[in-house]
Parts: sequence; structure tokens; C-alpha cells
Amino acid sequence: MSLTPKQIESIAHLARLELKAEEIPVYTDSLSRIFGLVDELDKAQTAGIEPMAHPLEDQVQRLRPDAVSSPDRRDLYQQNAPQTEGGLYLVPKVIE
Amino acid sequence: MAAQTLADLAKGLRAREYSSLELTRAFLARIERSQPSLNALITVTAESALVEAAAADARLAAGTAGPLTGVPIIHKDIFCTAGVRTTCASKMLSNFVSPYDATLVGKYRDAGAVMLGKANMDEFAMGSSNETSFFGPVKNPWDAAKVPGGSSGGSAAAVAARLAPLATATDTGGSIRQPAALCGVTGLKPTYGRVSRYGMIAFASSLDQAGVITVSAEDAALTLQAMAGFDPRDSTSVDVPVPDYAAELQQPMKGLRIGILTEFFGSGLDPAVEQAVRDSLAVWQKLGATVKEVSLPNLPLSVPTYYVVAPAECSSNLSRFDGVRFGHRCENPKDLLDLYKRSRAEGFGSEVKRRIMTGTYVLSAGYYDAYYLKAQRVRALINQEFRSAFGEVDLLVGPTTPTAAFGLGDKTSDPITMYLNDIYTIGANLAGLPAMSIPCGFVGGLPVGVQLIGPHFAEGRMLAAAHAYQRETDWHLRSPAGWSADFEPSNTGGAA
Amino acid sequence: MSEMNNGWETVIGLEIHTQLATKSKIFSGSPTAYGAEPNTQADLVDLGYPGVLPVLNAEAVRMAVKFGLAIGAAITPRSVFARKNYFYPDLPKGYQISQYELPIVGKGSLEVMLDDGSVKVVGITRAHLEEDAGKSQHEGVGVSAIDLNRAGTPLIEIVSEPDMRSAKEAVAYMKKIHMLVRYLGICDGNMQEGSFRCDANVSVRRKGAEKFGTRAELKNLNSFRFVERAINIEVARQIDILEGGGQVVQETRLYDADKDETRSMRSKEEANDYRYFPDPDLLPVVIGEDFLDAVRATLPELPDAKAQRFQSQYGLSAYDAGFLIASGELADYYEAVAALVPSDPKLVANWVMGELSAALNKDGLDITQSRLSAVQFAALLNRIVDDTVSGKLAKEVFEAMWTEGIEADAVIEARGLKQITDPAAIGAVIDEIIAANPKQLADYRSGKDKLFGFFVGQTMKATGGKANPVLLNDLLKQKLAP
Ligand SMILES: [Mg+2]
Ligand SMILES: [Zn+2]
Repeated sequence: MSLTPKQIESIAHLARLELKAEEIPVYTDSLSRIFGLVDELDKAQTAGIEPMAHPLEDQVQRLRPDAVSSPDRRDLYQQNAPQTEGGLYLVPKVIE
Repeated sequence: MAAQTLADLAKGLRAREYSSLELTRAFLARIERSQPSLNALITVTAESALVEAAAADARLAAGTAGPLTGVPIIHKDIFCTAGVRTTCASKMLSNFVSPYDATLVGKYRDAGAVMLGKANMDEFAMGSSNETSFFGPVKNPWDAAKVPGGSSGGSAAAVAARLAPLATATDTGGSIRQPAALCGVTGLKPTYGRVSRYGMIAFASSLDQAGVITVSAEDAALTLQAMAGFDPRDSTSVDVPVPDYAAELQQPMKGLRIGILTEFFGSGLDPAVEQAVRDSLAVWQKLGATVKEVSLPNLPLSVPTYYVVAPAECSSNLSRFDGVRFGHRCENPKDLLDLYKRSRAEGFGSEVKRRIMTGTYVLSAGYYDAYYLKAQRVRALINQEFRSAFGEVDLLVGPTTPTAAFGLGDKTSDPITMYLNDIYTIGANLAGLPAMSIPCGFVGGLPVGVQLIGPHFAEGRMLAAAHAYQRETDWHLRSPAGWSADFEPSNTGGAA
Repeated sequence: MSEMNNGWETVIGLEIHTQLATKSKIFSGSPTAYGAEPNTQADLVDLGYPGVLPVLNAEAVRMAVKFGLAIGAAITPRSVFARKNYFYPDLPKGYQISQYELPIVGKGSLEVMLDDGSVKVVGITRAHLEEDAGKSQHEGVGVSAIDLNRAGTPLIEIVSEPDMRSAKEAVAYMKKIHMLVRYLGICDGNMQEGSFRCDANVSVRRKGAEKFGTRAELKNLNSFRFVERAINIEVARQIDILEGGGQVVQETRLYDADKDETRSMRSKEEANDYRYFPDPDLLPVVIGEDFLDAVRATLPELPDAKAQRFQSQYGLSAYDAGFLIASGELADYYEAVAALVPSDPKLVANWVMGELSAALNKDGLDITQSRLSAVQFAALLNRIVDDTVSGKLAKEVFEAMWTEGIEADAVIEARGLKQITDPAAIGAVIDEIIAANPKQLADYRSGKDKLFGFFVGQTMKATGGKANPVLLNDLLKQKLAP
């Protein structure tokens, strides 16, 4: 299956990736090739087969006791932050 | 003869033939010498290594040392290391200092292993040649014009060049086994859930598995002992007892039922690689194993299945890199959307972006059923086929890669040719099976590997087969020209 | 009771986000307390740091199951967490861990009493477990500031069927859920702090039409009053559009309480492809019979059952019962007092709903903060029952108890409010009154019955209101008789 440049642009937007004009045909071509490969899945007879989301089929979610175990380490964690003020992370204004 | 295996080095440390400081200095010197040509490490932690080595020596002196105390180790730069830059080979995290240790890193720290640095890799573990690293490609120590494989290319090259006796690695679609094969070292990917994923930066969570690259299968068993086990911080970690892997190594080969996969011996496999693999089968047969052919008809669909499942999970896993709490942020964003789009576009390399877009697409409205669900169904089929195969045989054996190492730049223009390099390794990830690659010969002067795949939690049986093979052969002990092990107590001045 | 505007019918479904009252977050060990310094309750998991993984809080699962059992819903034996993918600064991972195809709580329903006393059954489509987002503050110029303390707080999102036909019905349903989750002890119900929040899906259609109209989703309805206002405003807006020949656009709209209007949310416009898929970091949540039984054993008496019991056990009206069971604490208080005043549960109800509620209201207190314990309050009511004080003077006693913290008997004693129950004493007063008012006596005896009240008033005045009214009546009748 091949994709159109327009599809690539909308995927990139959904994924929050800015693409330069010259990148669009490159990704259009390579994603089209990837989906050419992926289309081979059509060969498989999967009627009645339950989708497998996880390799641990017989494992179930473990539950953690409700206890507070994380101390405040804000200063350490914010050392990696590009911009903070008064303990808050700053971003360009969010418009609701 | 110079000690080169983890087992030998650990023995020497415990016998106090040499100190961890001596060992650490010697390996740091090799790393320094290797960096310009191999580029196997992103970060070298020489200073802290010497501190850790001194602490290890104290433990060794006090008699409180464990089997890995004082042994140098390199961690793939996908594992978070407290206080040390953890980049995932991406510009996105090029300045990221992890505030915490991955569970696996903590286990090695507690065991007293000495971290020499962080291994280069494909960016976010996406690649099969180590050419997608923001920090430049790693070169294959056997031939600098060739790739080391990927994504754990730095780990494999480091062990091949004897920069450390072991390096941690991760395997999502072959990222331990393929570079191990191409660099002539032993690579172990344990069962999904056997080793904690906590602190390992996620690529595709249902496929990612931490493992190790070593010189020998015996070393792999030794170090798996330190890594394996239940972790309450990882919901996908499995709470089953960890066997004594050193004891498991002694399992006899007599009566071992080996299956060879029809689908792994078709077109695309270099006949010279095929010959090396078939020669290895003869070794096991000589030791009393039986060999029969088994077929997994849907296995050839593992590559397309993988290229739906892995990008889908990756597109979501990598959404946290948004320039807000950590990681690269673009200059002067004009608004929030601009902040997101430019930070991510600048921070991620093109292969990562390609996979994010692929994954975004397969999950998007209208395509989910056709791609994502379809792939999950094929994954179930492949899993069922593996299960029934393991009803008939104890281990599956085949080539790790279709060819020996290819040239740098050879496969960068077409992602498909690159992806097909993992054709034999992806199946084990889809089914969560333990698998390993061990050296089984040379093709055109380059090493190639034979792959073993076992049922869930059968690491012991698999390691025993690999160990039995390595007792009969010496492929794994060969090192590239210029990189043979040179550490001997005599030339470092003896015990402290 | 559907509300018609010019032949239009309103259709409303609610999505209620209920914060679960756990100590720690749903997937991390951070505390959930409200009001901490920004980002001091956000650990690596809440911040979405690279490499970290979620582990599910058992208590959150128990609470969700408790809710499901309370609404008679099927509990999904194997529910699955899914990722809802979208970019927003208060969503650290770029996805919310939620449930999609297999929510933990399936279909259930709730009976809601409407203003006219009729009962409406509202369908509940599902309730799923999910994590809350952080908060953005927009005060600064050109910047927003992000606090992730709330990120990862456990929520159940309770999704109703589009069964409500007016803003009032929607509010009645929401209040019922609010009461229920507090009964269950799974949510503190604090709407100012955002513990209980509501989004409303609102559409209108021609009366009698089968198909639903296009809906708008109203966000940010953080009080019962706002829910009612916002829905009414939105309904009017949609009818205006449709009557003008226009079409309603399916969109998310924000209720602005200051401007009392709803407006389109720009931030939500394109975020409509959430790319849900099963979260590979979490495994299916399996709820077995043992787990269900254990949770079932912790279920308290639920509001509807309690209201029924109050009517049969205490002989109360449906209205009184409904009032008294509005919160479990109020109901408990009532029952504690009623147990100490066994002869007159109706009197207890009147006093709890009357004087006590008024006093609590005036002082801005809830029942758990009452200045009178159940024992103290019962002591007063028992003085009415045993005729020590009249009902009227008892109000004065209550007032003194409430403001001065004095026991009932002490107030009665100190102020001499004890009722006169000696017939001779009352008779003597009556005799004096009659003697002093010969004209009124004559008029009464000649047929002016109304003057009976005059004599009651005079006697009460003369006794300082303390004469036992029944006794007084009897004696007066005797003495006035010709
Ligand atoms: Mg919702
Ligand atoms: Zn929600």
C-alpha cells in the first residue's frame, strides 16, 4: 500500500513531528515501502484467532498495596527540565 | 594465556592474583585506545569506575565479595544510571542525567561490578547496524568498514574488542543476537519477563528484553544469575524462581532434541553462513543430540508483524519526549504546538521518526483493525506454532543472520533491506522466547553466529547447549586482530 | 418529566470523573493529598520519566469494584488497561492510562428521585479506571505553568446512558452518584478540590424524534449549579442554531462560569484520534469470585435501602427519609438520637431536619461537626417527650445549648423553663384571668368561641409560657363552661 504526501503530513502532525518540505517525499516513499512489506500480513489466515497483545499469555496484573513510598524529590527531578519556575514546569501558553 | 572470559577474570580477582583497580585501569586503557576507531562507548565513566573498583577491592579483601565483585562491565546506554548521562544514543537525551538506576544496573552495582561506561547503540534501539546513533556509528572490530550490527552494536563491539568481559544489551527484534553474531561474541536474550525492564528506556514494551553480551555461554550463565528475577516495579516481570544457571550448564546433550526451522534455511541465507550453522549441528549430534526439521509456516510473517507491533508501541512510548520535563527543547518556541513539533523533530533522528510515524499510522482511526489487530492475530499464530514446535523438540537452532556483517552505509537507503536483516531473530521476541547467538565460524574473515531458541524460561537448557558447543569449539575465544586480550597479572604488576 | 422548549427535547448523558480516596496514586507510590506545593507529589512514574513502569494500586481496583457492585453492574472478569494517546502539557507521558474496550465495571443502573417525587432509572453504560492528569495554570503572560501533583491520581469515569431529559434530571442523577460514592467511602466528594467532576453530553431533538441530535460535550462543570446552568445555556444555544436553520457541530465546549457561556475548546479540536491500544506495560486485571466476595462484604447499607428502612422502621415519610439519608453521617446521627428517644422517631426527624439543620447551615458546619452530640441532643428531645419543656421553649433551650455549650437540663433549670404540669397551679392562674376579664367571659359564654384563644394567650403569658398546653386547654374548657 502506498501513502500520499498528504497522509504523511497528517501523521506527522498527529505525532507532533515537524517535517521539512524535502522530508515529505522521503517519508512518503519509505513508509509506502514499509506498508508494502506489512501488507504481506494479508496472507495469514487469522479468522477466529484472538489478538495477542502480550507474550505472557497466562500472566495477570499484579496489585500493589496502597502505600505511599515516593518521597518528594522535586529538585532532583527538575534538574533535567528545560524551564521551571517556583517548582512548576513552564510551557508556552496553553490555549483552551 | 591472557584471561579473557568473565569466569577467568572473576576467578583471578577472588584468588587475589590482581586487584579490581588493576583490571579496571587495564580495561579503561583499552577503551581509550578503542574510542577513535570503534566508537563503542558514548560515555566513559573512568573516575567513578576507579572509585567502584576500590570499593570492590575492599569487599574482596573483606571476604564479602560475590561472583561479580570487581568485574568491569559496560552498560548499554539505554539503561538508566543514576547521576550518569543516559542518552539512548539520541540527541533528545544527549544531556539527560538519570536520577535513578535501572533495576538491572542496581543489581550489578550491588553485586560489585565496576561500570566502565555506557555503550553506543542505535538511537532508541531502533536499527540493526548501529548507524542511527546520534553519537556516530560503531565500527566492527573485525573490519572497520563493516557495521557491528545493532541495536546493541556498542555492547557487541566492546566485548569483541575485549573492552570489558561483559556488556549489557537489549533485544526487541534481535538487537542482542544480531550484533553478537556479527561481532563474534555470545549474546543472550532471556525470556520476556525474566529480567526487569524497569529503568530500561522503552522502545516496544511487549518485545523489549534486557540481556547480555559476553565472551562465552558460561559467562552468560554467570551474569544471568545476577540479572534475573522478579521486580515489583515491573508489572511484566515474572515471579518464577531463578534456577542455578551454573548448575544447569552441566545438563547432558545426550537425547537433546534439536529442531531446525525449515523457514530459516530458505532463499536469502548466505550458503556459507548456512554451512557454518550446519557444521555446528554436527557438533551437537556428536554429543548425542538428535536433529529434526520442524516448520513454522507463519514465521516468515514475523518481520511484517514486527513492523506493525514495534512501531505502534514505540510511537506511544516516545510521546513522553515533548521538551517539557526533560530532554531536548527547541529554541524560542512560538507556541505549544511549535514546542512539541520542533523539539521532537530536532531531537529524534530520521529512523526514529520513521518508526513513530509508522506506529502512529497503524493505530490511527480506520487503520487499527487492518494493521494493529491483524498483526496481533498473526503474532498469536506465530506463538502457537512455536508452542507446538516445542512439543516436539527441546531447542530450535538456526542462523542468527542471513549474512556476515555488511558494509557501513550499505543498507541505509532502503529501510526494508535493513529490516530483513532481523528475519531470523524477530520470532523469538514476538513469542517472548529466550534465545541466544553464539559464534560458529567465519565467512570471508567475518564472524557468523548460530542461534538457539528455547521455550519460556528454558535459559538453562539453552545455555547448557551453548556451553557444550563452546567446549568443543573455540570460535568464541577468537578475537579480532589488534584486540586480543592482553590482561595478565604479570604485565600489570601483580596483586596489590 | 422531560423539559420541552417549543417542541424540542433535551437529551443528556453525563461522564463523571470520581477521584478515588486512596493514599497513593494508581500506578505509583506518590501521595494523593490535595494542596501540596507544586510537583512535590510527582515521582518518576507520575512525571513519565524514561524507563519507569506502572504498577497497579490494589485499593483503586477494590474501590472501582465496590462502585460496580453498588450499581448492580457486571464486573468484568478480565479488564484491560489501554493507552489514550494525545499531547497536552498536563499529560506527562503523552498518553493517559485508561480502559477502553474492557472497562472494569460494565452496565448498571441507578434510581434517581426527581423533584415531583417520581423515580427515574438512569442507565450507567460503564465505569472505567484511569489516571488523572496534572493541572495547567494559565496566569502568566504567554506561559502556562504545569503542576503534576494530581497526575496519576486514581479515577473512575462513570459514563451514563443518554437518559436524562432536562438539566434538573442531570443534576438529580449527579447528586445521587455523589451521595453514593461518599456512602461507599471511595471518594471525598469535594467538588471545589476537583475530586468529583462532570462532563455533559448535550443534544436536542424534535419532540418525538427517534434519532439523537448532534451533541456537544461540555467540560469544566465543577458544581451542581454549573451543571444546571451550563446545560440550560447550551440547550438554548443549540435550539437557536437549529431554529435558525443551522447545524450543531459536534465539539467540546468549555463552560465559563464568569461569563455564563459555553465556548468551543480550541485545544480539543484536533485531538480526536486517540489511537487507543492495550497498554503493554500492564497485564489484564483478573477479578475472581473471592475478590468480589471480599469487596461485597465491605459494602455499607446503600442509600435506597436505608431510605426504605427509615420509612418502615421509624414511620417516616419518603421525604423525611430522603432528607435524613442524604449522607451516611447524617443518617447515623439521626439513628443515634432516635435510639435514645425511642418513643418518638418522628419528633427526632423533625428536630434534625429543622432546628439542627438550620443551626448547622448557619454556622457552615456539616453533621460530623455538630456542636451537639447525639446524646446531648437526645437529652433535650427527651425533655419534650416527658413534658418537662414545651416544644416551643425547647427551641430556646436548643439555642442556648448550641451557642453556650450547656446541657439541656442545666439550661432548663437555670432559666426556669420547666413546664408547669400541676393542675392546681394552672387552675389558680386561670381563675385569676377569668376574674380579671368578666366582659370577655360573658362574650365567650354567649357564643364568641374565638375568645378561647384569648384566654389561652393570657394564661400562657401569665405563666411565662411554661404551662403544659394540654393541661391548660382542658382546665380552661372546664372553667369557661357556663
Ligand atoms: Mg471522557
Ligand atoms: Zn476520563
